[in-house]
Amino acid sequence: MRYLPLTDRDRETMLKAIGVGSVEDLFRDVPEAARLKKPLDLPPHKGELEVERILGRMAARNVPAGSVPSFLGAGAYRHHIPATVDHLIQRGEFLTSYTPYQPEVTQGTLQYLFEFQTQVALITGMEVANASMYDGATACAEAVTMANRVTRRHHAILSGGLHPHYRQVTETLGRFIGFELEFCEPTPGEEEYLTDRIDERTSCVVVQYPDFFGHVTDYSKLAEACHAKGALLVVVVTEIVALGALTPPGEMGADIVVAEGQSLGNALNFGGPHVGLFATREKLVRQMPGRLCGETVDAEGARGYVLTLSTREQHIRREKATSNICTNSGLCALAFTIHLSLLGEVGYGRLARINHARAVKLAEKLSAIAGVEVVNRTFFNEFTLRLKKPAQWVVETLAERPILAGVPVSRFYAGHDSLADLLLVAATETTTDDDMDALCSALEEVLQC
Amino acid sequence: MLKQGRATRPASSETQPDQATVSGNRGLQLEEKLIFELDSPGSCGVDLEEPEVFENHLGGLERKEEIGLPGLSEPEVIRHYTRLSQKNYAIDAGLYPLGSCTMKHNPRLNEKMARLPGFSDVHPLQPESTVQGALELIDTVASWLKVLTGLPAVAMSPGAGAHGELCGMMAIRAALEDRGDPRRRVLVPSSAHGTNPATAAALGYTVDEVPEREDGRVDLAALEARLDRDVAAIMLTNPNTCGVFERDIVKIANLVHEVGAFFYCDGANFNALVGRVRPGDLGIDAMHLNLHKTFSTPHGGGGPGSGPVVLSEPLAAFAPFPWVVHEGGRYSLREAAEAEGAKSFGRLKGFHGQMGMFVRALAYMLSHGGDGLAQVSADAVLSANYLLARLQDTLSVSFPGPCMHEVLFDDRFLKGTGVTTLDFAKALIDEGFHPMTMYFPLVVHGALLVEPTETESLESLDQFIEVVIALAERAKAGDAEYFQAAPRFAPRRRLDETRAARRPILRYKPPAARSEAAE
Amino acid sequence: MAKKKKSDLLYTQEHEWVSVEDDVATCGISDYAQQQLGDVVFVELPEVGKTVAQSEEIAVVESVKAASDIYAPISGEVIEVNDALEDEPGLVNGDPTGEGWFFRLRIENPEELEGLMDEDAYQDYVEGLD
Repeated sequence: MRYLPLTDRDRETMLKAIGVGSVEDLFRDVPEAARLKKPLDLPPHKGELEVERILGRMAARNVPAGSVPSFLGAGAYRHHIPATVDHLIQRGEFLTSYTPYQPEVTQGTLQYLFEFQTQVALITGMEVANASMYDGATACAEAVTMANRVTRRHHAILSGGLHPHYRQVTETLGRFIGFELEFCEPTPGEEEYLTDRIDERTSCVVVQYPDFFGHVTDYSKLAEACHAKGALLVVVVTEIVALGALTPPGEMGADIVVAEGQSLGNALNFGGPHVGLFATREKLVRQMPGRLCGETVDAEGARGYVLTLSTREQHIRREKATSNICTNSGLCALAFTIHLSLLGEVGYGRLARINHARAVKLAEKLSAIAGVEVVNRTFFNEFTLRLKKPAQWVVETLAERPILAGVPVSRFYAGHDSLADLLLVAATETTTDDDMDALCSALEEVLQC
Repeated sequence: MLKQGRATRPASSETQPDQATVSGNRGLQLEEKLIFELDSPGSCGVDLEEPEVFENHLGGLERKEEIGLPGLSEPEVIRHYTRLSQKNYAIDAGLYPLGSCTMKHNPRLNEKMARLPGFSDVHPLQPESTVQGALELIDTVASWLKVLTGLPAVAMSPGAGAHGELCGMMAIRAALEDRGDPRRRVLVPSSAHGTNPATAAALGYTVDEVPEREDGRVDLAALEARLDRDVAAIMLTNPNTCGVFERDIVKIANLVHEVGAFFYCDGANFNALVGRVRPGDLGIDAMHLNLHKTFSTPHGGGGPGSGPVVLSEPLAAFAPFPWVVHEGGRYSLREAAEAEGAKSFGRLKGFHGQMGMFVRALAYMLSHGGDGLAQVSADAVLSANYLLARLQDTLSVSFPGPCMHEVLFDDRFLKGTGVTTLDFAKALIDEGFHPMTMYFPLVVHGALLVEPTETESLESLDQFIEVVIALAERAKAGDAEYFQAAPRFAPRRRLDETRAARRPILRYKPPAARSEAAE
Repeated sequence: MAKKKKSDLLYTQEHEWVSVEDDVATCGISDYAQQQLGDVVFVELPEVGKTVAQSEEIAVVESVKAASDIYAPISGEVIEVNDALEDEPGLVNGDPTGEGWFFRLRIENPEELEGLMDEDAYQDYVEGLD
């Protein structure tokens, strides 16, 4: 078997050195009844060629988003990743390296984490960021628990414009850890009034930017209202490219910013692995979950990097840790860092403006179709359509063409009749004019009659 | 009071004069600044055309200030990250004897398969008819895990091992609440990995520590004394973190079930058992698996991982959404409670789980097959016992053998030498090895936990043994200074962790801003 | 603050020390404790005004690799904390029984002092540990 270097002769040599007759002797502590007597009902080993055939067949039963006109967003976005990114992250020294607990021989990992942390702080307009979390949704839940710790309150208000998965993950954590959540009903196209709900019990208000329906809102006044009552403002960003064109949440007064970083450097991958971003103010850093990389010097005075403030983490504090998180999203964070390094100041802003331009063009074309109404006045690269027919049906019908028309809101809000005709549509730099025209003519067709 | 504080600030050293160079580089060891210090304002590594002027819909919230990101061309970016990569040790380059981490070879076929557009370029919210292959893949991985563990259900969505622990314990708590029998305590052995008590405490349980016996295993009598109907669960690792199999595990499972509690097993050490022993046969109710350990998905410098959780019948209904369901020849995703009485405890993560890691794990599983996986655990256990046999006269073995896939030593062999476990580990770096796991588990002093895995050749193991023996002899001969100054040859000498924690610098700040906050 | 003569300090089994002047107790951790911890990087001090019972968790002292809970050696009300530790946590290592003090309590129950160890008893206790 190609991954197993030991030969039978090696095994003989080793057994002799140990002083037992067979490997079974080494399993003697396993209760007899629990030792498998016959092989498990699994196929035997296979060579690469056969494995490729099997997995290739499975892969061929999927429609890749890039092979058809595709307008899906709702928390995961299809962007073009420069060829450089994937080549660099596949270098064995990045791909197959362990967590940098021995900093002398992992300065590569540590330095890119330091760069990543800096990039995240810069684009969000915050003071400090961690070395990444599993994804945006879990980062959101962690932000709420952090706000609870900081304010010593346990009542959080979640905007109706928050991605439902983020709300659900936070809800799950709240149920088990014991904090209360106030959910606001989604009101696409209408303004949301959160200020009146804030009181002395509120630990934080969680809003999304742009929100789940695509709206872009200034949260400065909301931040003031939160602070006036001793609460924190948590801003969630699910499309990180948006921050290339928009005022960053830090400037609006956000206390914690969490985001999904997948759009930069990371393919869609059917939803994972993605990469959660987490940024906050410096004075709150000891309450922040997740790994942190810090700068220091070595014995010869040379600048170097180490994981630091580890006493927040589970392997030290155990019961009293800020979170039980152990892993970060290492390689995905590296992909993010490399992509953003290639883009730089000029490219990041330009990419964002291209995305917005594509979305504006698409919105214009769509609003000309009978039976289609663009709900948003403001948006970045995703907006909501109100259709003459149920969005779910439209999407399934168009999928046969095949066109991936967008995400029906009812996928997240089953049973909400008022939302059943809403479709989330996204456009990125990968969306061509032909794609847009294909969507438009298809919609025109199916919405007639 | 925790007694594991140890030196975190190195003594100063001077660079040897004949090693100083003009550039600071030393041959292929290249110094590299931060990307922010390599800024060429206006430079860009991606060719993008500015869109034509148009009316924007940003609600007056266009970004007005500069961000402060550096600009670089593509060659500069490649050179920068290539140089960084050269400072990293990796399993591709050498042995990682890290106990509890299972640093095995990461097959490149995994990477190739994960990058098939049919897996990588698929949006999680595409209509089900367009992602039948993806759902089939998740279901197939789930089947393999169920067969390998002998448990009937599996939650695929947790994003890493610790996340899986959270999942398993949430399922247990949900099951108890559903029964109207909420309990307040969780038993955890003192040798447990820190995530175990952290998880239990996060869920509101009081953590009761159970001591271990002289042979490294859980003290059964002490366990029994603490077991009552107020215990929700016990969290054990098996083989445990001392590297030995818990012989009484079936007895423990029975005792736990007798009081109506659940048995959570930390599956980090599954590499010792895969294909030979099924946790379901031992009485386990929930166990997370680390795909990045047993199933070869790459560690990536700290992630991403994947931590699916196998569940027993009483817990299955409480598994988090989404579920992949296979009915009438079609795969579908159940993302919310449709029917009344659905008991899932909710959602743990955005979307559906770490699909990219599932593809890699399945490529690995298919490659090995059932026969190959049984050989994996055999070779893993064989290799660890070989190290035990060859090193037992040099190092101090903490618990009598045989061990399973990892072997635990402690620092008694260094007594009186002035050399600590930390110093010993740093000297290993100079010899071209990543150190073993140090100072874990906490149940012995100065722990050295060694796990070779099955993907090391005998030659590799022998070289490691030779080095360890030589270093141990050098320490015993009294050459403490050699160890305390180690490492000498790594890209960096020992780093000042005290300084990093006392004056945290967690991001780059341009010189103007820095001088304002002068020390 | 003048360093008290060693013979004045009373100790707990958790390695906290107490120095009494009238009804005020100054508290910190022992030299043995700071050696065990290594370089101290952060101390989480209680809020002034908080009342604690004996043995209740009152502070946390962190080194790079370890975090330890500090328990109130006696019951009382926190009347002062050592702000110097915020910028210079290393004082705990350099002068654990002097400048490295943590907090001051108004003593609620003077009888509790009788249960603590004096310098000699504490030294014996520490020797017995290793």
